[in-house]
Amino acid sequence: MEVQDFEKLFQDRIDAEIKIEPKDWMPDAYRKTNIRQISQHAHSEVVGMLPEGNWISRAPSLKRKAILLAKVQDEAGHGLYLYSAAETLGMSRDEMVEQLLTGKAKYSSIFNYPTLTWADMGAVGWLVDGAAILNQVMLCRTSYGPYARAMVRICKEESFHQRQGFEVLLVLSQGTPEQKAMCQDAINRWWWPSLMMFGPKDSESTNSDQSMKWKIKRKTNDELRQQFVDMCVEQVKVLGMTLPDKDLKWNEQRRHYDFGEINWDEFWAVVKGNGPCNKQRLDARNKAHTEGAWVREAAMAHAEKKKNKQLQKVA
Amino acid sequence: MKAYIIKYLYGDYGEIEGGGSSASPQHQWPLWEIFIRSKQGLDHKHAGSLHAADAQMAIENARDVYTRRMEGVSIWVVESKHITASNPDEAGELYEPAMDKVYRHPTFYDLPDEVGHM
Repeated sequence: MEVQDFEKLFQDRIDAEIKIEPKDWMPDAYRKTNIRQISQHAHSEVVGMLPEGNWISRAPSLKRKAILLAKVQDEAGHGLYLYSAAETLGMSRDEMVEQLLTGKAKYSSIFNYPTLTWADMGAVGWLVDGAAILNQVMLCRTSYGPYARAMVRICKEESFHQRQGFEVLLVLSQGTPEQKAMCQDAINRWWWPSLMMFGPKDSESTNSDQSMKWKIKRKTNDELRQQFVDMCVEQVKVLGMTLPDKDLKWNEQRRHYDFGEINWDEFWAVVKGNGPCNKQRLDARNKAHTEGAWVREAAMAHAEKKKNKQLQKVA
Repeated sequence: MKAYIIKYLYGDYGEIEGGGSSASPQHQWPLWEIFIRSKQGLDHKHAGSLHAADAQMAIENARDVYTRRMEGVSIWVVESKHITASNPDEAGELYEPAMDKVYRHPTFYDLPDEVGHM
């Protein structure tokens, strides 16, 4: 059989909704696209811990601290599920970590924005996790088996993240005038970056077509973004707050909300490394990695020592 | 003939010594496969994989990663390199013998209704 025959068989399986598993034949580009997407997704979970970790010791009550701690621990777990899925495609964990630390690999730009007030923890949960969930629910049906399984696990855990965020905002929205203002301010700052999380417009997205054909993605960036807008417009009413977009209005013909133009210059600037916190995030990751080196080495040395002792006993 | 498209990849269950083309540096902790029994009476089921220095650490990490919401009452860990997996390219030869033996299924036998549930 020629490579073209394998590619045809591969596409037939995808079209028949048969999942691709690690040992199956796959086109190199399918492997590469998945490695890139899954590892970037993993990096996003890991870097995503940083803006929230900052608030664990500052959260307003013991209850909120415990919740935030559990959420951050979940993100670490999600990073691990995804790294494991990417490893089945042939890239080692060390290689992926290396790419993150050197800035070669990207992670979601949303984490390059600062979390200035406690209300940001609410807005991040509601909007950022909310946007992520729409993407992740779609990815539960992605064509690569290990990625899909990781996503199912993540989605089960993720909905608490969004609900706790909304609840943080709900409490603030019923509080003092200062708390209400803080709530609105956080929504104002996080709204547009959250819309950017879905990526470039379909007309400008380079990877979209092939990813749809391979069923890595099942909805386009614009479809997901629209779904998110429609959802949030209703939810923000419960908070008695507003979304910072004067062009937001119901379009009876489309049966969707129209919304204003995203600042794409800002989007590309943050992607290219010029967001408010890009450097800070990478520095924090590098510092943690360097300072944790001795722990990793000590654990390995300890395991070796135990193994040798056991061998001696047997002998 | 098609040897040129077969890939041997790290993290792929069953590849000898846990990998092929992709280098596995000395300092990287080995990879473990994790199996969880969700409650008494059920089988252990593959949950995922993780890196750990030794078996004990693999169990502790699996506890933190895969049972944070009471998903398990028992954990098995096995180093990935010890798993041998069947090759999907040989699926034809492996499973074909079962295809033409419909008489192995109860529905193959036509019995009168009077027999009742059997």
